[in-house]
Amino acid sequence: MHKKHLLAASLAAILAAGTVQAADSIKVGMMTTLSGPAAGLGVDIRDGFNLAVKHLGGNFGDLTTEIIISDDAQNPETARQIAERFTLRDRVDVATGVVFSNIMLAVGPSFFESETFYISANAGPSEYAGAECNPYFFNVAWQNDNMHEAMGKHVASEGFKKVALLAPNYPAGIDALNGFKRFYQGDVAVELYSRLGQLDYATEIAQIRQTRPDALYIFLPGGMGINFIKQYASSGMMNRTPLFAPGFSGDEDFVNAIGADMVGLFNTSHWYREMDNDLNQRFVTDFQGDYGRLPTLYASQGYDAAMLIDAAVRAVDGNIEDKDAFREALRSVDAPTVRGSYTFGNNHYPIQNYYLREVVREDDGTVRNRFVTEVMTDHQDAYAKDCNM
Amino acid sequence: MGYLIIEQMLNGLQYGLMLFLLAAGLTLVFGIMDLINLAHGSLYMIGAFLAATFFQMLGSFFPALLLAIVATAFIGFILERLLYRKLQTMSHLSQVLATFALILIANESIKIIFGAQPLMISMPSGLSRAIEIVPDELYYPAYRLLIIGVGFAVAIGLYLLVNKTRTGMWMRAGASNREMAAVMGVRIKPLFTLVFVLGAALCALAGALLGPLLAVTIGMGESILIPAFQVIVIGGIGSMRGALIGSLLVGMIDTVGKLLLVLGLGFITDPTNAGTLGSTLASLSISVLMVAVLYFRPQGLFPARG
Amino acid sequence: MMNRFGPSHVKNTPLNTGLPNPWSAILVAVLLVTFPLAMSYMGEDFYIGMGSRILIMALAATALNLALGYGGMISLGHAAFLGIGGYTVAILAKAGLVSALLVFPLAILMASFAAFLIGLISLRTKGVYFIMITLAFAEVFYYLAISLPNFGGDDGLPLRTRSSVPGIRLDNALTFYFFVLLLSGLAIVLMYRLVSSRFGRAVVAIRENEKRMAAIGYPVYRIQLMAFTLSGGLAGLAGALLANLNMSVTPHMLDWHQSGILIVMVILGGSGYFWGGLTGAALFLILEEVIADHTEHWNLFLGAMLLFIVLAAPNGVMSLRDRVLGLFNRSGSNADSKGSSEQEVNK
Repeated sequence: MHKKHLLAASLAAILAAGTVQAADSIKVGMMTTLSGPAAGLGVDIRDGFNLAVKHLGGNFGDLTTEIIISDDAQNPETARQIAERFTLRDRVDVATGVVFSNIMLAVGPSFFESETFYISANAGPSEYAGAECNPYFFNVAWQNDNMHEAMGKHVASEGFKKVALLAPNYPAGIDALNGFKRFYQGDVAVELYSRLGQLDYATEIAQIRQTRPDALYIFLPGGMGINFIKQYASSGMMNRTPLFAPGFSGDEDFVNAIGADMVGLFNTSHWYREMDNDLNQRFVTDFQGDYGRLPTLYASQGYDAAMLIDAAVRAVDGNIEDKDAFREALRSVDAPTVRGSYTFGNNHYPIQNYYLREVVREDDGTVRNRFVTEVMTDHQDAYAKDCNM
Repeated sequence: MGYLIIEQMLNGLQYGLMLFLLAAGLTLVFGIMDLINLAHGSLYMIGAFLAATFFQMLGSFFPALLLAIVATAFIGFILERLLYRKLQTMSHLSQVLATFALILIANESIKIIFGAQPLMISMPSGLSRAIEIVPDELYYPAYRLLIIGVGFAVAIGLYLLVNKTRTGMWMRAGASNREMAAVMGVRIKPLFTLVFVLGAALCALAGALLGPLLAVTIGMGESILIPAFQVIVIGGIGSMRGALIGSLLVGMIDTVGKLLLVLGLGFITDPTNAGTLGSTLASLSISVLMVAVLYFRPQGLFPARG
Repeated sequence: MMNRFGPSHVKNTPLNTGLPNPWSAILVAVLLVTFPLAMSYMGEDFYIGMGSRILIMALAATALNLALGYGGMISLGHAAFLGIGGYTVAILAKAGLVSALLVFPLAILMASFAAFLIGLISLRTKGVYFIMITLAFAEVFYYLAISLPNFGGDDGLPLRTRSSVPGIRLDNALTFYFFVLLLSGLAIVLMYRLVSSRFGRAVVAIRENEKRMAAIGYPVYRIQLMAFTLSGGLAGLAGALLANLNMSVTPHMLDWHQSGILIVMVILGGSGYFWGGLTGAALFLILEEVIADHTEHWNLFLGAMLLFIVLAAPNGVMSLRDRVLGLFNRSGSNADSKGSSEQEVNK
């Protein structure tokens, strides 16, 4: 199918050659969070993306890459300004990099109106997966609910019957727990909502202990998760009530920040570091070599975003001006990926496997997040049916 | 249920005492130097990052804590000499602006020096467990008990310093009426230096102690800055007693108040609503308390100024 | 004796400083009208959008300047009024009301009302307490915006279309710019009338010496409350425009950092100078654009620049102009340098 498509694309390129001048370079706008408490996430996406570009010799297909990097400071208004700069002044061909869904929702309209392709390397808001899906939006990571759904399924299948839930008190937190409950239909011991940006979780931990659940699921992005896990472990709860979390709460940045206290945390993700494919091995080794730290799933998503763009550019033979052909290439091309494989659904969100990982102490004493088992196969998000693309 | 509330009171005490470590330095700087220091939280962040760095070098908690305190106090000393001494003679507006600038500079410098990823600092292994106070009913993490202990020790130490020593007398005189104290022969400049360095050291103590419980990350100072401000405004600027009582009040409302709100609302509405509404109300309640205090006693509960 | 807010020492009396001369007003107007036309001619829509942003932030900073620069009320919570104005527009839009003739006055009204309530309590306090209490109030609104699901929480609320004005399509960048220019121009004229009126002089006089004004019979508290309310209302208008520019509102509009940035803009331009708000907003946003384009360490530059300004030109960039002028006028420069180093003793 890959070959057939290439053929069709080159045919289209020949036909179009008279009217459209194929470009010899591609401009990529990378807008991500590089300052503030969540800077680490954006830095990882950027570094993963840059590593892929390096592996590709600085080119996407035959086009030389020109990458403009901007810091959105996790502020939707700043992000909106950058999006306008990308689309109106720099006139980028492709944009990527946004970490947070609220930022994505603020900048999405800019890209869609100007018909600029946006390849999300993390943010996967339900809006863009459902009724507001857009021909110019692609997500190479996951829909926001996916990891929660995977964990809901795993927890249910492990026979846990009374699970406590904890999330920050804001719409994304409520959505996350609903995602979990979509696949976990057992009893909820207690459903707790903390303040966004809360530091101390002693109150919540005490309440969880009181209600004696047999498992706890948390959605606490960023520093909140680090705070909670540290405090949960220090209150001796890790052994009493097992802790389950989405993949980003079990990643290398968390392991580095929390250490041995994290041992015993279960988390779900679409990727794991020791995945057995050549591309992934090369990615992990070179990432560690170049940046002196282990890659997180954010880095893997940045890497995959670049790989997808490259594959699509090749598929259209560098003729990215033909937006319909380029979109079709992005959607259907079999892009190399560190996660083994994924395909896009009708809403341009990935259909892929989800895996269970556990934070363990290795024989040499280091703490690592290890693959345990596959939880979901070719899973698609719940919103795709509302999207009429 | 009763044990849950007791446990929450312990939590409120612990959170309050940590706030006190920050508020004590802040209130002295405010009260004695008449200086509004938005960058106080940045010293706390610097303290935590230094503690984590020393911890990774030494592999041991308490030496790292001590080194971080000394190093942060030294940074405080430099800052006071180079910047705050000058700011102290300027308008509040200039102070707001300059210390806002310091926050930006501190956050960016930390990112450049330590990287964007959060750092790790582990608690001493003997303390990383829960102590069973009442069998099967009331557990409490040993490390948090340590924090409560240190918090009380510092509170007593500061009480003795402020109320029983000559330096403390100067401090009280300075907070009450700076010009008069200067006229009466208090050497006000060294006193400023001392107060500022003491504040920085307390910040580092809080940062290092909380390091094992909280994420050591860029911007961590700003998340604790506003509660610390609320504490000293409630307590009365410049008053050590006010800072202590304000801290405990804020700590208790944040923990026990929230629990009672959520439980109480649980009788009226379904649990999900009670959870979200309760935590919204609890996060507003401290601001409301502060407004109420200022409405009835515009100088705070324990005004330092005569 | 006070060298606190603004340029009272520069000219003979504080009451006639801070007013623009007609030539500067004409120059500013000509510049603001020709700039977008030139950009449109060159096809650079991005800079027209940036021009709109500068005008809107200039309006917000000018509003703060009224309270902070002229009135000496250091509000660290003006982002709340910006946010209330913006959220009013977004919430009404969600309910289907998009007519600018309706939503803009309502946005101003809501922000003024909030400013009135906040002022009612805050103005009973002075100095540091005032700074802190305005900050605390702004935090209340921030938490409300972030935790109420009806307000969209952290995601905020998107606007499907810009507000509708009969006969004009605001979707076009150029039309929107002139719409913003018209409204902020009207607001600036209003500001001018205000600060040059008896009321404006009373506000400045209270800043300079509150006790004396009270002693000669001025209702100090009421005048300050009126100025604060007006300032909040103007910030609300800026918020309504900002929501239209961004096509969305988010809790970040009410974040205390935003309040800090507004103060930075006022100081950058010169607090208590009539063009302080406009100069500051323009300088800030242009610098941000230029520097953030080249480095991810924009905050480091901003911080260093602010420190420099505080230490070298405590009264803002506009005051540098006076200093330079003062060099040609010996007595002026003497008064200036003395003024800057003078230490304020009485609180």
